Amino acid sequence: MLFARPDTLTQAIALRAQGMRVLSGGTDLYPGASAELSGDVLDLTAIPALRDMTQGPDGLRIGACTTWSDLVEADLPPALTALQQAALQVGGRQVQNAGTIGGNLCNASPAADGVPPLLVLDAVVELTGPTGARSLPLDQFIIGPRRTALAQGEILTAITLPHSALTGRSAFVKLGARAHLVISIAMVAVRISLEKGHISHCALAVGSCGPVACRLPRLEAAILGLTLSQALEQITPTALDALSPIDDIRATAAYRREAAAELLRRAVTEAA
Amino acid sequence: MITFTLNGQPVTTDSAPTRRLSEVLREDLGLKGTKVGCDAGDCGSCTVLVDGRALCACLTPAARIAGAHVETVERETPELTRLRTAFLRHGAAQCGICTPGMLMAAVDLLRRNPTPSEAEASEALGGVLCRCTGYRKIIAAVCDTTDSAAITTGGVGTALQRIDGAAKVAGDLFGADVVPDGALTLKAIRSPHHHAAFTFGDLTAYAQRPGVAGVFTAADIPGLNRFGVIPPFADQPAIAPSPARFRGECVALVAFEPGVTPDLSDFPIHWQERPAQMIPAEAETSSHLIHDNRPGNRLTEGRVVKGDAAAALATSAHIVEGEITTAFVEHAYIEPEAGSAWMEGDVLNIRACTQAPVMDRDDTATILALPHDRVRIRPSAVGGGFGSKLDVSLQPLLGLVALKTGRPVRMTYTRQESMASTTKRHPAEIRGRIGCDATGRITAVAFEGRFDTGAYASWGPTVANRVPVHASGPYLTPHVHARARAIHTNGPVSGAFRGFGVPQAAIWQETLFDQLADKAGIDRLEFRILNALTDGDLSATGQVMQATGIRECLEALRPHWYRALAEAQGKPGRGVGLASCWYGCGNTSLPNPSTIRIGITPSGQIVLHQGATDIGQGSNTVIPQIAAQALGLPVELFHLIGPDTFLTPDAGKTSASRQTYVSGRAAHDTARALRSQILRLANASDAATLSLANGTLTVTEGTTRRDIALASQPIGEDGYVLLAEETYDPPTAPLDANGQGKPYAVYGYGAQLVELHVDRALGTVKLLKITAAHDVGRAINPQLAEGQIEGGIAQGIGLALMEEYLPGRTENLHDYLIPTTGDVPPIQSILLEIPDPEGPFGAKGLGEHVLIPTAPAILNAIRHATGAKITRLPALPHRIRAAILGAKP
Ligand SMILES: Cc1cc2nc3c(=O)[nH]c(=O)nc-3n(C[C@H](O)[C@H](O)[C@H](O)COP(=O)(O)OP(=O)(O)OC[C@H]3O[C@@H](n4cnc5c(N)ncnc54)[C@H](O)[C@@H]3O)c2cc1C
Ligand code: FES
Ligand code: FES
Repeated sequence: MLFARPDTLTQAIALRAQGMRVLSGGTDLYPGASAELSGDVLDLTAIPALRDMTQGPDGLRIGACTTWSDLVEADLPPALTALQQAALQVGGRQVQNAGTIGGNLCNASPAADGVPPLLVLDAVVELTGPTGARSLPLDQFIIGPRRTALAQGEILTAITLPHSALTGRSAFVKLGARAHLVISIAMVAVRISLEKGHISHCALAVGSCGPVACRLPRLEAAILGLTLSQALEQITPTALDALSPIDDIRATAAYRREAAAELLRRAVTEAA
Repeated sequence: MITFTLNGQPVTTDSAPTRRLSEVLREDLGLKGTKVGCDAGDCGSCTVLVDGRALCACLTPAARIAGAHVETVERETPELTRLRTAFLRHGAAQCGICTPGMLMAAVDLLRRNPTPSEAEASEALGGVLCRCTGYRKIIAAVCDTTDSAAITTGGVGTALQRIDGAAKVAGDLFGADVVPDGALTLKAIRSPHHHAAFTFGDLTAYAQRPGVAGVFTAADIPGLNRFGVIPPFADQPAIAPSPARFRGECVALVAFEPGVTPDLSDFPIHWQERPAQMIPAEAETSSHLIHDNRPGNRLTEGRVVKGDAAAALATSAHIVEGEITTAFVEHAYIEPEAGSAWMEGDVLNIRACTQAPVMDRDDTATILALPHDRVRIRPSAVGGGFGSKLDVSLQPLLGLVALKTGRPVRMTYTRQESMASTTKRHPAEIRGRIGCDATGRITAVAFEGRFDTGAYASWGPTVANRVPVHASGPYLTPHVHARARAIHTNGPVSGAFRGFGVPQAAIWQETLFDQLADKAGIDRLEFRILNALTDGDLSATGQVMQATGIRECLEALRPHWYRALAEAQGKPGRGVGLASCWYGCGNTSLPNPSTIRIGITPSGQIVLHQGATDIGQGSNTVIPQIAAQALGLPVELFHLIGPDTFLTPDAGKTSASRQTYVSGRAAHDTARALRSQILRLANASDAATLSLANGTLTVTEGTTRRDIALASQPIGEDGYVLLAEETYDPPTAPLDANGQGKPYAVYGYGAQLVELHVDRALGTVKLLKITAAHDVGRAINPQLAEGQIEGGIAQGIGLALMEEYLPGRTENLHDYLIPTTGDVPPIQSILLEIPDPEGPFGAKGLGEHVLIPTAPAILNAIRHATGAKITRLPALPHRIRAAILGAKP
């Protein structure tokens, strides 16, 4: 069993190419493991470049090992309020101090709270492998429950939020059966801009209501140009055709669809 | 090698780099203050600070702490000192298993924010679960920045700080925390199926593997492979022979050499899954018998018949009919079962968490074919029990291996193992009718309950017998027909859980009462007051009631009720609900004695042999308080000898809300007997006062004063110069075929008022306030009583709104939800004292009562707010929403 905790990305990529398993915060990996993690483990958390937030030519770049607490504590534009609100609701403080945004995406749980806020930010993930880096829009990265487009030998190195998405205001609303430490029954993120009382830009995303969280392009198009109150009328369960919720121990499918519409209305109201 | 700073001191460890920090601290460095409740980030009891930030030690790789500063509960800092004393002063630690995690999360908060608000504290502690306290006292302690001193002396009625508290705020030693040198590590092989036959491969070869010290199966059990809390029904094997009857049942054991990482992945066992019987209604008519000697899969049925309920209902002015279905509920104590065993000469010693040391001894002795005097049960501190740690779990397993190998052995259940293999609250399906006359007086209750008792008997008979007795609630009910049957399935074993089925019955009865009050056109509180049992009334079992406090409880809520109704008026979504409880303390019509011994040594130490296990509820404090008051000497002179089957007489089990009442009464009687001896020596009357200093007992009566030099008194066999031992057994009488008789000597009463807000669109509930009035007879220690109330309410909230154990699906604290800091609203406790002549200083039991009214009061408030009638628990958001949609406007 090998263990490595390199402090440069180059080293990490080289080790990853040898098939080592990636460890970030460990908050998804450790539950279920025994006293130790099995296999060869590559710990990414000592690489400074993976944990910073920088404005670059392509937009705001968030290192994959940025923790939820880093996000909460950072000074970010209102377009990222939803992401910060989500960060404050991932587990408790202990989990927020360790868990990373990259781990949340790579773990690809349908209930991953980081995904809807990033979807409304048009997030693009940066995947780095032995042959260099490539970019993928987030909705093409998470391809199913617990399935991503991460290729062998790749590491998720950063999430980039294009400049165009850093405008407007956003909100995240999560629904669970208790106050803290709760897996979402459904959660939504919205980012909207209003001009003279009319919606000039909007992005809506819903999670836990299908195998992967998703944007709602038809509904977004439908409410563009409307006033807030007109928009709220449009956000109905039947308008959420992109969702495919299921019955499970936490809720029924019908309830989820209905709740998602209600959460969206609240989030839109909050962000407006 | 990993070098880091631990609580200010440099340390080095050769732990593996991905080893959990919790293992590094506990196993490699021997610091047991950091607790492990789940190994999955869900409970927060392992919270430590790494470079000042709170982390779950169970999720933190060892390599990551290289060069860092790790702080644990073993650290001494000004914040920790202040927090420890505040926790003690507020009674914020009950069992104490969550306390280290709470303390460390609080340190993290206080360093960022030295004067947090309640909301900030609640948020900051949201990642640590506590199953005992209901969090309110923890939050109060964290926000309390004063330095006032705790109360450390005082008799009955004083809010004395927990006598065993100092250990709890330092990180107490629970089942997993003391490991004998060289102990083997014991692991169980458990059934992955609800019902399955199995055969073993080559066990001999497996046992020869390096690192494996032995393999044990049912064939290795020397005695009767059968245990059970109620001997005539004992049916559960310690290690099951084929077939396994429920998922999680132990079928084999593997002992590993110390230091070996246990790996059971290729244990040679072959499973053949069989059809499982999971639905009680189907089990009743199925030809698949889970136990051959129990036709219809019926374990037992209890009934209470008084008068003619059917006839009375036929002529009642108003009738309501309804049904309710509840789920398996998991105890979710934060301490998974853990313990160790070793031989001392030919005596088997077992140190483990338990609520019932003498029952453990008896069951273990039977299974291992040992006489009682060769089994010594030495309970560890218990990190919560709530009924499940009454049944043996790992005691016979540890005992078997220690006995067979002669080597010390330890075992700690994983969270999943703990949840899958131990008992649950019985799921109930209850239906029936309640009627009243035109003036609102109850005429009759007809009650039919089916309880899923799971694969083995456990406490099923108790539930079946206790429920019909309590089904009509604390109300005068002339005609009662109540039947409850316990049906076997291949579900988890249903056992004891705070209230033995009575909470489920109360959900049915109290929600129907609201509907009946509405039909009768009477305010819901006044309806209950009108019908409340009073002294001299006959209960459902024909018992003449005495010291009946329900009316007082309801009347105490009256001002709160009308205030709350007025406040809710006109506010959409706001609801107010109410429910009552009564609960008989101790066994139902069965002997239930406790014995307490008190000795005084020649040097003047008063030694209290107190065999009642304190699982957080406070017997280690309450029993000494009672003894001190009855003896007439201050409590701080008492030295406590905790439960140990070799050192303490049998004080029975910690269940049925009996310890304060029954063991307390035994302590009272023992102390009185000792006092009489002393008074006789001094030729004084009971009016005399006693004092004890420097080995001299001084008896003063008026102007006469007599000194007894203890060292000059003859010393008895046990080393005491004065010794008393008394037994108290509640005076009950058997129930006849119609359930008529005197099942309990003492009842406790309570009523709770819930104010909440329902989000109609989402079906979510925000609790705003709970006001709880409980008649405790005498509040021996008001702070501990409040702690019971708050903790019971938190469990009631879970039962009502979120808890549902589904075998195979919610076997962890991620999917099985229990209330967190943010789920328990402010609680106002009102303690009423209607003394019972049987109880010590009038005290009644309280521990289970507190949970009973909460869930129905919540459901009643939801109905008040929305019209929604919830008939299936837990009332998850989608169920509430569906009920709102189905409600008539
Ligand atoms: C108590 C508790 C509560 C939780 N609550 C929530 C919640 O409310 N909402 C929520 O969304 N999640 C929740 N989680 C899940 C988890 O905390 C988050 O998903 C977290 O963000 C995971 O990040 P991590 O860095 O800890 O991941 P890790 O456990 O380190 O890794 C997760 C997976 O991603 C892979 N991986 C990690 N980083 C990379 C990378 N940079 N490149 C390639 N692969 C990578 C790992 O190999 C692994 O397969 C909770 C977890 C716990 C224990
Ligand atoms: S043991 Fe670490 S969170 Fe439960
Ligand atoms: S005191 Fe918190 S779990 Fe027992």
